[in-house]
Amino acid sequence: MGVTVNGVEHVREVEPRLLLVHLLRDELRLTGTHWGCDTSNCGACTVWMDGLPVKSCTVLAVMADGRSVRTVEDLEGPFGLDQIQTSFMDCHGLQCGFCTPGMLMTARKLLDDNPDPTDTEIREAISGQICRCTGYRNIVAAVRHAAVAEALGRGDT
Amino acid sequence: MQVPAFFEYQRATSVEHVVALLERFGPEARIVAGGHSLIPMMKLRLAQPELLVDVNDLHELSGVSVVDGQLRIGALTRHAELLASAVAGEHFPILHDAERVIADPVVRNRGTVGGSVCQADPSEDLSGVFTALRTVAVVRGPDGERTVPMREFFRGPYETAVAPAEILVELRVPLRPGAGSAYVKVDRRAGDWAVAAAGAVVSLGPGRVVTEVGIGLTAVGDADFTAVEAEDLLRGEVADEDAFAAAGAAASAHCRPVADQRGPVDYKRHLAGELTVRALRAAAARAHDGTT
Repeated sequence: MGVTVNGVEHVREVEPRLLLVHLLRDELRLTGTHWGCDTSNCGACTVWMDGLPVKSCTVLAVMADGRSVRTVEDLEGPFGLDQIQTSFMDCHGLQCGFCTPGMLMTARKLLDDNPDPTDTEIREAISGQICRCTGYRNIVAAVRHAAVAEALGRGDT
Repeated sequence: MQVPAFFEYQRATSVEHVVALLERFGPEARIVAGGHSLIPMMKLRLAQPELLVDVNDLHELSGVSVVDGQLRIGALTRHAELLASAVAGEHFPILHDAERVIADPVVRNRGTVGGSVCQADPSEDLSGVFTALRTVAVVRGPDGERTVPMREFFRGPYETAVAPAEILVELRVPLRPGAGSAYVKVDRRAGDWAVAAAGAVVSLGPGRVVTEVGIGLTAVGDADFTAVEAEDLLRGEVADEDAFAAAGAAASAHCRPVADQRGPVDYKRHLAGELTVRALRAAAARAHDGTT
């Protein structure tokens, strides 16, 4: 199979039963994506496939053959961290950090689609992600913070 | 670590290819689309297919459109696509009501409408919705295409009229100008299966008399996901609170919930009745009786 991950093409021979999360972590050593509940409930393993957030514990690696995957490692650009990462730091959007990669990937997609989300829209967007530290209030604040920072950056205030 | 047992994998290039593979491998082959029911079941060895036929490349099975007086929903349409479909929401708000409470936004990016219906889980939301809407399922197999009314589609928990060498390709909902529809669900937390849920579609004539009604029930033990007794009571009656209450009582009396971690039988029976009333009330409020 061949899959483009964060812009780099990888060709691997894999068993059909290999899950995408394990291809990313064990084969490609991209351990930023976390492997949590294994039942598509917790969302820690969320990555983008062909531009849409998916739970990679419930996608077979072979299903990504010929497709493009984006993981949390790709958020950081040549000029440093993505705004959503900076905002999570500034707003204490993480405690233990286990849910963070999934939260970041879902939040990035939300802001790409909807640059000015309400708190309700943010909560809805992350409703498939579980934070066992229960730090939801700060996570929502971090996403709002990123939205405001990006609006300022664009000059549309 | 939970991983499925060994299986073979083929990515289908056409519906004919799917049918040929299913014929060759028999009942040990399974179609996989979103995989959000099947892959967890394979991890738990509740399903152990020898071959997975991946249909995710069959774009002709995706999409929502109106053709010949029917809303047509391709089996491979993702939940997120149905939720985003303006034409679906315009004709049948019940579809958006239900999609909003199915799993979570990330799962909805992957899970498909056809997969949900074919899973035939007694707690699955769209089964009741499409039953209420008197949808027609289009199934293709070795002998060509055939249609199955939704009320003959479900054969029991996890069993449908789709034969081992067949594939569900489309759902067709007859348009009902002026009809109102709604879906209401009680769940324990965001993204969970229903404790119970009910859907309704109501057509009204002059004087707000119910000319046609469809009721769908979720997670209360009805293998066919409906409440025929309640529908029969309502048809021909004025759509008011008394009529809704009578229909709710009938739905409550005739459903067959089982006790589980989501609640005892009497609570679920109560929900079936109350949610039927609320779905009917909301559906009737969205309906036009043709006089205004």
